Amino acid sequence: MSKWDWERFWDAWPYVLDGLWVTIQFTLLGSIVAYILGLIFAIIRQLRIPVVDQVLWAFIEFVRSTPLLVQVFFLYWVIRPEVMQGIEADTQKIIVGTFALGVHYACYTSEVYRAGIEAVPRGQWEAATALSLPRRRVWTGVILPQAVPRVLPALGNYTIAMFKEVPLLSAISVFDIVYQVKTEYAASQGGAGPEAWAAAGLTFLALSYPCAILVRRLERRVGTV
Amino acid sequence: MENFSIYLERVLEGLPATLWATGGGIALTIVLSFLAGIALLSPSRTVRGLVRIYVEGFRGSSEVVQLFFFAVALAIFFGLPWNQTAEGLLLIGIIVLGLNHGAYGAEIVRGAVQSVPKAQREGAIALNFTPVQRMWRIILPQAVVEMLPPFNNLFIQLLKGTALLSFITVPEMFQKADELRAVPSFANDLWIIYLILLVIYMLLAVVITLVMRWLESLAARRVGRSVPSREKALARGAAA
Amino acid sequence: MSEPSETNNEMIRFENVVKRFGSNTVLEDLNFTVAPGEFVTLIGPSGSGKTTILRLVMTLEKVSEGTIYVDGKPLSHMPKGGKLVPADEKYLREARKSIGMVFQQFNLFPNMNVLRNVTEGPIRSLGQSRDEAEKKAKDLLELVGLTDKIDARPTQLSGGQQQRVAIARALAMEPKVLLLDEVTSALDPELVTGVLHLLKDIANSTDITFLCVTHEMQFARDVSDRVMMFDGGQIVEDGHPEKIFTDPDHDRTREFLQAVLDRA
Repeated sequence: MSKWDWERFWDAWPYVLDGLWVTIQFTLLGSIVAYILGLIFAIIRQLRIPVVDQVLWAFIEFVRSTPLLVQVFFLYWVIRPEVMQGIEADTQKIIVGTFALGVHYACYTSEVYRAGIEAVPRGQWEAATALSLPRRRVWTGVILPQAVPRVLPALGNYTIAMFKEVPLLSAISVFDIVYQVKTEYAASQGGAGPEAWAAAGLTFLALSYPCAILVRRLERRVGTV
Repeated sequence: MENFSIYLERVLEGLPATLWATGGGIALTIVLSFLAGIALLSPSRTVRGLVRIYVEGFRGSSEVVQLFFFAVALAIFFGLPWNQTAEGLLLIGIIVLGLNHGAYGAEIVRGAVQSVPKAQREGAIALNFTPVQRMWRIILPQAVVEMLPPFNNLFIQLLKGTALLSFITVPEMFQKADELRAVPSFANDLWIIYLILLVIYMLLAVVITLVMRWLESLAARRVGRSVPSREKALARGAAA
Repeated sequence: MSEPSETNNEMIRFENVVKRFGSNTVLEDLNFTVAPGEFVTLIGPSGSGKTTILRLVMTLEKVSEGTIYVDGKPLSHMPKGGKLVPADEKYLREARKSIGMVFQQFNLFPNMNVLRNVTEGPIRSLGQSRDEAEKKAKDLLELVGLTDKIDARPTQLSGGQQQRVAIARALAMEPKVLLLDEVTSALDPELVTGVLHLLKDIANSTDITFLCVTHEMQFARDVSDRVMMFDGGQIVEDGHPEKIFTDPDHDRTREFLQAVLDRA
């Protein structure tokens, strides 16, 4: 460890912490989209409408099998110029980043919701039918209240995973932790050394590890799907 | 559209690097998963603690950060000038992909080994097997069946991760496609370029899944079981 | 025959054995011996610690206090520097060589066919050659009447057939002591008799020492040299089967046998 320079390590922190806030913002925004869109996907698939079901299935499998980075670039360089004329450049990045993370992870959370919905015993559907509850009420009053608590740990895990994937957005110049180190810090120091990357890695670890432990504790309380 | 073959050709120039990264990464992942996964079940607290640090460390810090870190750290701390050449950078990429996904794989192996009924271990003790024989001949062959579906997800995750190697300028497919983006006359065809890229990744993912399902039916037959349902394997996902 | 020694007439010896699971004491200061070639059956209500005794002898559990001797050698502990210390894996491997066990749930290995299930132990832990082990395994599978199932997977067999394989597998290890843990409890009623007949034949034709936990009282009466009645982790009564089953000394034994009789 002869070349390790503590000064460079400490110098990196202002940049890392600057980027951390942006990283957290994207994680939260992306998660909200992923949670809501994933639920919508799951419910649509549960309705088993011909064609719609197959198309959605194909879309989900496609998104899950291809790199998020390519999807980000597709949205940023192909879709954005078409639909976001006249919007401020920073806002465009926020929309693209949120949407890319949100849609990508919605394709994972939809499977989580689906497993949660399927874990609700068949008798619950039948009882709801026997009471001739309206379809809406069956979902909001019977099925989802039982399914959602059990999927919370899995959703939490995907949020943690998303947090660690926000650095991909540095490729479209979102000012996250990696961008701050790679560009701003590097400019001030004449390059980013291992000290700065260690600081960045430790920051991710310091946040994601406690969250992972919380999720595991939650898992033990509500079970898994 | 008339440039389609040019685009395809240029993107495919990156295919060898992507394949090497995927294959090498998967190989290293398998080795590390088994070593670390079994070590997580070691009776020694020290061994478990050290492996825990590896697993949580790589799971908890971002893969992109790990790539940047190793790209500079290997040269500075170990005097390995791998970041000077494309091949060297690819090697760094493979190491990071392996270390990162091996940490996830360790939990898969640990979970699968623990899911083998206790009675099987006791049956092996009654036949007076050594602890190594118990693990190697009785527990692992049964645990492997459980491991294959989550490993399928993990390997697809790794395949997707190879695009990140463009961050350290490994000339893989995404890097090659991104070079095309810089050509002004191709500006209107970006959607074709990215679509080509997405389809190739999709096809590679399908190949991985087909191989893994074949292995799964093979392993299931070896322990006299039918292949378990896909639904659960899908829902489990590979992230987190 | 084993070398003459003072432990010559003791194949198994429990000396002040205590077994606790957490705060729950399962065996309370237990003392008994079993002679070579003896067939001893343990009876008693569930939770009385019978199965724990077998698991202790197989080293699947560790004693909390006291010592178990098998064939004159301490099993749970090993002599070291003039004292007895808890046994390590190497010592246990040596000690386990003389002990075999047949489990309630068979515990066959699903990743091996029937023949491999029987030969794996002799090859891997007794160091027999494959030819030798296979020849013996075929003899044993013939003995248990499963010659035609040699290549089958355990999952393709009925419960009774699986248990016969498990018996052959245990015998292939040439144990001096064979532990039978409720070997017919998981079987369909029509398969029980066949397995019990087989065990009776084996017991009568070998000099293996048997320690058996069963709820089949008729079998216990027919085959045992001795019956021990357990309750609450202690021996209530210990004697000849005819005596225990027809004229027990203790009310507790009589109640238990009555309860079993009523159930049947």
